[in-house]
Amino acid sequence: MIRSIRRMARAATTGAALLALLLAGAPPALAAEKTSFNMAWTIYVGWMPWGYAEQSGILAKWAARYGIKIKLTQVNDYVESINQYTAGTFDACLMTNMDMLTIPSAGGVDSTALIVGDFSNGNDGIVLKGKGKTLKDIRGQKVNLVELSVSHYMLARALGTVGLRERDLKIVNTSDADIVAAFAASASTAAVAWKPQLSAILKNPDAQLVYDSSKIPGEILDLMVVNTATLKANPKLGKALVGAWYEIMALMAKNDAAAKAATASMAKASGTDPAGYAGQLATTHLFATPAEDYAFVNGDALVNTMDLVRKFSFEHGILGQGAASVDAVGIQFPSGRTLGDPRNVKMRFDGSFAKMAMDGAL
Amino acid sequence: MRRLINRRPGRGGAFGLGLLPFILVISAYLYYSHQRLEANPGDKLLPAPASIGAAIHRYALEEDERTGDYLLWTDTRASLERLGMGLAISAAIGLGLGLAIGVVPYLRASAAPFVAAVSLVPPLAVLPILFIAVGLGELAKVTLIVVGVAPVIVRDLAMRTAELPTEQIIKAQTLGASTWQLVLRVVLPQSWPRLIDALRLSLGSAWLFLIAAEAIASTEGLGFRIFLVRRYLAMDVILPYVAWITLLALAMDRLLRLVRAKAFAWAEPGV
Repeated sequence: MIRSIRRMARAATTGAALLALLLAGAPPALAAEKTSFNMAWTIYVGWMPWGYAEQSGILAKWAARYGIKIKLTQVNDYVESINQYTAGTFDACLMTNMDMLTIPSAGGVDSTALIVGDFSNGNDGIVLKGKGKTLKDIRGQKVNLVELSVSHYMLARALGTVGLRERDLKIVNTSDADIVAAFAASASTAAVAWKPQLSAILKNPDAQLVYDSSKIPGEILDLMVVNTATLKANPKLGKALVGAWYEIMALMAKNDAAAKAATASMAKASGTDPAGYAGQLATTHLFATPAEDYAFVNGDALVNTMDLVRKFSFEHGILGQGAASVDAVGIQFPSGRTLGDPRNVKMRFDGSFAKMAMDGAL
Repeated sequence: MRRLINRRPGRGGAFGLGLLPFILVISAYLYYSHQRLEANPGDKLLPAPASIGAAIHRYALEEDERTGDYLLWTDTRASLERLGMGLAISAAIGLGLGLAIGVVPYLRASAAPFVAAVSLVPPLAVLPILFIAVGLGELAKVTLIVVGVAPVIVRDLAMRTAELPTEQIIKAQTLGASTWQLVLRVVLPQSWPRLIDALRLSLGSAWLFLIAAEAIASTEGLGFRIFLVRRYLAMDVILPYVAWITLLALAMDRLLRLVRAKAFAWAEPGV
């Protein structure tokens, strides 16, 4: 019996070696110049313009100007879209600044925030049950939220303002898809959520909004993220994306019939009506012009924000496997400043494409 | 005759052949992992065995800094409690209702179509109703398992009961058995091994519902941990957890099979 096991083991090793040899022919994915790109997007108020960009043909027009093709794929699950981007399925993806730092950048995928699309200005909120409650009343409660998300970050920031710590309450990890129903259950008393779920939660007659992201403006950023190596090899991709984005921003800012039609179409695609979508846009600070975006990424506030975000991420153990310190992942800003290890820069903010758009050079 | 269907491997050969697919999968993993890590040392998708080992050490043998728990064991205990409760309740409902439907024609007429319809409702689609009815705590998780698993066991046992030879039922009646005696002495003893079979077949879906329930709202559990660390693509944690879940499920399946073989040896095939 021993002998036959040994024989089998030998056969298996040979088989594995053959398999490995076969696979060795496949070269590792390297960034090279190419003409067609994959981009993922998910339904969120600040990202609906991307859906509109595809539907209206504006994205295709800009891609054609640079002789490339950009395929937009809508992914139902937000985190999965980022995971797929990190794994290399997509060249570009939409995500928040914290998720960018902790998923692709902490995972060693050098990524560039090509466009800072907007920041949450009331889109994220902390809700307690009981009219007249204040943030301090959260002490000792069970709080439903998506753990390790921007909700969690905002909660930590909020707690700091009233002298509480996370250990003063109990966090119950709740999926964003179920948080509305979870808050409706009689046993739950507190939740942190983002829109549109937040709007639905606030319709509960007993719900009291005690804190929202308008108190920390410019900290929860929604970014258009591109793989740095791909962007370097293909600046055309960056130009086409930035061009299409600001064309739509300009269109939306006009407030005429065309703008109304565009937002109505975005409202429909996000499963709400124009009034509901307008309500979401009101608490979302969109950077309407490339000049605003350029000023923002060159400002000091962004550096301070990312410092808070990386500290939160490190303290919660999400800055990568065995990250030795808060400096493990380097973050670079267009002003030339860096946070963290300058030899391991994996997260970059870019102002050069916004500059081109400002100067009409696209 | 020398035909393919008549050629059998020896004991050792069978063992080796059984091992082969595992070795192939692990080799392919190691190869791709190496490949990806060479291109990007920070890659999280297919971590190296060393980082998986470190994660196992962190979760199973070290106290968590924030809670002071050994996470893997806390998670395992929480999940097994939920699963055990869900399966026990499902088995009780399955046995009681299944036998009743199988034996009493009036009950079969009124309950069988309803149970059939309920067993086809995807439980995950009616989650909000479940939350409002039973809250968000442990009860919700156990209920989800029961809602998913019990109807299937009920149907299975009802069908198996109806399949009992009519001769047995008639014979018991000619010997003077009442309905109650008939159930206790003829039907029930023959249902136990079938209940165990039904449970074994339901294990897969019970785990599925458990993990789904833990993903929705919880503070510990194997499914909770997987969905939590998925937020930052910590495959070094997810992969050992998946292997652990598989191992636990396999152990439960073997245990049930053993119970069936020991306690109901008469029902074993080929005896």
